[in-house]
This record gives sequence, C-alpha cells and structure tokens, in this order.
Amino acid sequence: MTTSMTTSTTTSTTNSTTAKLLSYPLNAWYPAGWDHEITSKGIISRTIAGRPLALYRTQDGHPVALADACWHRLAPLSQGKLMGRDEIQCPYHGLRYNSAGRCTAMPAQETLNPSATVASYPVSERYRYVWVWLGDPTLADPALLPDMHQLESDEWAGDGETIHAPCNYQLVLDNLMDLTHEEFVHSSSIGQEELSESEFEVTHDENTVTVTRWMRNIDAPPFWLKNMRDRFPGFEGKVDRWQIIHYTFPSTICIDVGVAEAGTGAPEGDRSRGVNGYVMNTISPETDRSCHYFWAFMRNYRLESQLITTQLRNGVHGVFGEDEAMLQAQQAAIDANPDHEFYNLNIDMGGMWVRRLLERALEAEGRSIAARAPAPAASSKA
Amino acid sequence: MITSRDDVWQKADVIAVDEVADRIRRIVLRPELPRPALPGEHIDVLATVNGEPQVRSYSVVEAPDNGGQLVITVFRTPESRGGSEFMHSLEQGQVLRITKPLQNFPLRVGAPSYVLLAGGIGITAIAGMAALLRRLGADYRLVYVARSRAAMAYLDDLAAVHGDRFEAHIDDEGGSLDVQALVAGVPVHTELYMCGPIRLMDAVRRTWADRGLDRTNLRYETFGNSGWFDAEPFVVRIPRLGVEAAVGSGESMLEALEREGVDMMSDCRKGECGLCQVKVLGLAGRIDHRDVFYSDRQKASDSSMCCCVSRAVTAAPPTTSGDRPAVLTIEVP
Repeated sequence: MTTSMTTSTTTSTTNSTTAKLLSYPLNAWYPAGWDHEITSKGIISRTIAGRPLALYRTQDGHPVALADACWHRLAPLSQGKLMGRDEIQCPYHGLRYNSAGRCTAMPAQETLNPSATVASYPVSERYRYVWVWLGDPTLADPALLPDMHQLESDEWAGDGETIHAPCNYQLVLDNLMDLTHEEFVHSSSIGQEELSESEFEVTHDENTVTVTRWMRNIDAPPFWLKNMRDRFPGFEGKVDRWQIIHYTFPSTICIDVGVAEAGTGAPEGDRSRGVNGYVMNTISPETDRSCHYFWAFMRNYRLESQLITTQLRNGVHGVFGEDEAMLQAQQAAIDANPDHEFYNLNIDMGGMWVRRLLERALEAEGRSIAARAPAPAASSKA
Repeated sequence: MITSRDDVWQKADVIAVDEVADRIRRIVLRPELPRPALPGEHIDVLATVNGEPQVRSYSVVEAPDNGGQLVITVFRTPESRGGSEFMHSLEQGQVLRITKPLQNFPLRVGAPSYVLLAGGIGITAIAGMAALLRRLGADYRLVYVARSRAAMAYLDDLAAVHGDRFEAHIDDEGGSLDVQALVAGVPVHTELYMCGPIRLMDAVRRTWADRGLDRTNLRYETFGNSGWFDAEPFVVRIPRLGVEAAVGSGESMLEALEREGVDMMSDCRKGECGLCQVKVLGLAGRIDHRDVFYSDRQKASDSSMCCCVSRAVTAAPPTTSGDRPAVLTIEVP
C-alpha cells in the first residue's frame, strides 16, 4: 500500500496573506525604550503590543515593566511615584507594588490581599535598548534577542532616535524590506534610479530574511558622496553601492549599507576603499495602527568624530521624516479604502517573507493574522 | 503573569472520573472553549447544592491538549458545604457549567529558588507549578504534607517525576513537617508558594514573618474552606434588624444571612477582601477566624470578623461540644 503525501498530511497553509492590518506575535522581545529613557528618577508610560506599561528602573538600575493599571481600580501606575528600592506607588489610593508586581502596601488594613498583583513582564537590557516580553513568560529567553551588536561595539559609532509612527508596524517592515522607494521618497539624499534598475536577491530561514542589492559603477547620491568625502577628502568618481537588508523575527531590520570606489573589490569583500554604515531598525507595535520605530545609524570609520555622528543622525532624521509622512498617508489611505486590497509586486519579495514568518508565529500562538480593530470613523465635514 | 477574575461561563463535558485517593476524585472536563491553562489557575464550577446553583472553585491540576482538557481533583469532606458531594456525584457524559481558567495565584518565573508547599488537597494548585519549574530547570523543592498516605492524591507520580526535589511528610507515619526548620532553611530570596489548610499556612506565615523574610515572596491561595476547628452549626443574631439565623455546618454565615433576607455586602467570598466584615457585639463560644484579611492582632481582639469564611464554634474542644451551639451577636453595615 502506498501513501500519498499530498493527501495524508494537512500542513498549515503556506500562502502569505497581505493583511492590511497585521497582528503582532506576543512571544517575542520588543524594544520598550532606549536605555537612557528608562530611569530610576521617574516612570514612563508606553504601550507596547497593545499593553500599557509603566517603565522604570529600580535603585539598583534594573529595568522594570509593570502593567500600567493598579490592581484595585486600574488607575495608571505611571502617574504615581517611585518609592524605596524598587517600588511604585499608585497615584490614587497609594497601593504600592514592588518590581515583581506584588502589592507591598494597602490603605486601611494591616494585611495584604494575596491576590493583589499587577503583571511584571520579563525585561532584558541589551544593545542600548530595554526589551520586554509580553507573551508566555516561560519562553522569555534572552538568547532570542535579535543581533544588534553594532549598537554597543567599539568598532562602530553613531546614534539614533525614535519615531512614533502612525501606522501598523508591518508597513514599516515593508518600507525597510524594499528600498526601491528611496528613488521616489528620498530623491534629494539617497534616492537614485539605479535602485529600481538593479537586481536583488532574497534568502530566508525560519527566523531571518535577507535582501541583497548591489549597484555597480554609479554616481554616489548626495548623502553617500558626503560620507565618502568624510573618509576620503576630495573624493570624486563612480562608486559601487550596496544595501544588504537583514531582517530578524519579529521586527528588527539591520541594513548593511555603503559605497566604495568603483572597481576596488567591494562586491568581492574588500571594502577598504569605501564607507560602511549600518541602519539599525527595531519596531514595537503599539496599537494596530501605530508603532514605536527605534532607529540608529552606525558607521565604522572616523569613530572619533562627534560631528559626523551628529550630522548622520540629523541627516537620517530628515530622511526618515520623509518615510514617516508616507507611512502616515498610506495608513490613512488604507483606512479610507476599506474595500480595497493590497496587491504584490516583485519588489515585495522580502516583505512577503517577513509576513510569512510573522504569520507562522501568529498561527503557533493560536492568534489570528489580521488585527481586528475597526477602522477609525472617517471624519466628514459634509 | 496577572490575576484575572473574568467569569465568562461555558459548557464542559465530563469525560472521565477516577478515584485517585481516599475520597479524592480526578475529574477530566472537555471545555467548549479550550484555552491553555497556566499553573495556579482555577476554574469556577456551577455546582448544584440542595437544588440551588452554587459556585465552587477548583484548581486546574493539568490542562493537556492546550487546554482542550481540564483536569480537576476534588476532595469530598464530611464538613463540605455540598459542593464536593455534588462533584463526586458526577459521571462521564454529564455536562457542567464552568468558567475559563482564572488566575489568582500566579507563579512568577525567574526567582532564584522556590519552595512549593502543598497540604492535602492543596496539591491541586501546586502540582502544575512543580511541573513547570521542572521544565524550566528552576531550583525548587516540592513539599507535600498530609495526615495519611491514603489521602494523598498523585503521591507516587510526584515522587517519581520530581525525584530528589520532592519530599513527603505524613503525620500518621511520624513524619510531620517541621515548619520552623522548613522556613529556617530557605535561602533569602526564595519564593514560597503554598496551598493547604489554614493551620499549616498560618504557621508558615508566622515563621516567615519572624525570620524577617520579604512577605511578598510568600505566595498562597486560600479558598477559605478550612479552619482551626471543624465547622459546626451556630446561631447568629442581629438585634437591630431582629434577625436570628441558624448557620448550618455546610454553609457560611454570609449565606445564612442572605437566606434570611439581610442585605449583605461581599465580594471575594474567600476571606481576602474584607468587604463582608461584620462587628461582633456579643459572643457565646469563640470565633474561628478563617480569613487572611485581618492581622493576628485584629483576630485576637474578636471585635469583627469576615462572615464569608469565619465561623463561631463552642469554646469546648470540638470533640466534646455539647448540644448548645455557639451564639454570635453582630451588627452589619
């Protein structure tokens, strides 16, 4: 007797959808904030993956992420005070919780109700970010943090900022996985027509997706010509330009970017006649229609120059401001056209693999792929 | 992990019933809306007691198949308020109303070490924690105490699974737990999770406080159903309202007063929140404080009590109680 593989197995669907509002996995590390934002002096309120959090540090410097709602009447703990070694006091009735989320003081009674706790989510501090795990805490393994080592390496220098992007986080991932948009969105800085003319290659495994694009013997766009001249004063001539996009589940994209003097062997591995940057991007969904987009631009040359660090951060700030405007407009158009679907182009190959990995994770968590929040009511001034 | 009290009711089929120890039954339910259950969670069950629907809580011992099955384990006590008797009457094929798993006793992941302490049927809340800590490779001890071996559900299984991390203390085999020694041997940042009779939990709480350990590292769950004395019938009077109620051994004072039509305030019904407290004006007998709301000092004063769990008993040793029940005179808000 023979068995047919096609009929005897019921593997889950391998088709990626193009849900316009993609839900987010919870069994994953998301950046909650920059290391410098979260302090033992005050509490910040931030929603990550739909969970409002009160973020602070203990007096010993350990970051803490508590659910931002008192057990009693749900008043926001983030409006309270830090007390003692690791406690937070509710601003309303003074209940206090320690960093494990356990109540340590209640008003008008001599005991503590043993049920009085708020969620204390696993946190991990690395690569200049405080990361939080909002899903099953028994799976929160720091070994699962994405590799962003350039952010804390002696061999790289740079800095970054946060964009509060008014769109579903997947739109940012789409944006970063396909850089042909640079020609149209960033025409004055990094855009050039060779971006959409050149071939690209996509590879993936169960946790990562990589998109590689080389543009040979081209003119350097203004941003890259400036960088070349920072390292090689007076540089003139053609360059070989690369963009190697490294996605890591769930929402980190580190892009190896640079240019080198044309024909000096950069595609073959010798980047000594070029300049190399890493665009570090990691995104936390906030709501179905907003996200915290943490980015930094790192470089591995002229490490001593704070001037260059500041110029690059300001330059990328301008470039990403153009993305932010587009993402906002795109989300608004998506919401204004609820009966329209997404269609895919060849250039979406990388972004589609990202969706596939996210959808598999959502299936494994038993959660639906599409976020179900209704579109905000359209404003009408008829 | 966060606590929850969301109580959406669903149907569940009884798919298996087994006697796993003396007067202890393991009941396997198949819920209509499966959901994975975490250690420390319980379900509320709608039991039928004297023809009336009443809510009872049972810890989820395990939830195989991602919560497609929920296993609970029920001890039938002679002083039962009728719930365990109903549960023991269940047979395969019957349908129950239950909630989804609810969390009031979350296990925190990441403590440097753990002691899990179960007294008798309290093992139902603790067994799942032990299984998880074992899976995570955590540093834990599982301590299981009971009066007799016959009354210990899952004893052999737990001993086999947890090996050196497991210890049993059985009173009638001369192996009673030395609470002082247990607490004295606990490393400073250890978290201790316990579920069992109130005598055991009170002893641990006092020893814990005496040693000056962080009180938030002592975690416990109480369903308010055990006391210092066996439950016995007593009389409660509210002079202002002209009410006199006989409280049966199988019901709470709160339930008896509600039955008499007294407009009572309450919430948790397990001796935690303090909303059901009443003032004690007079007492013939003594009060068996079964709550965790009052401090020892407050309990000693006997000036008020949590009527959802605490009871009056005759002052004499319980075995020689005469025909005259204890009498409580109270005032209610």
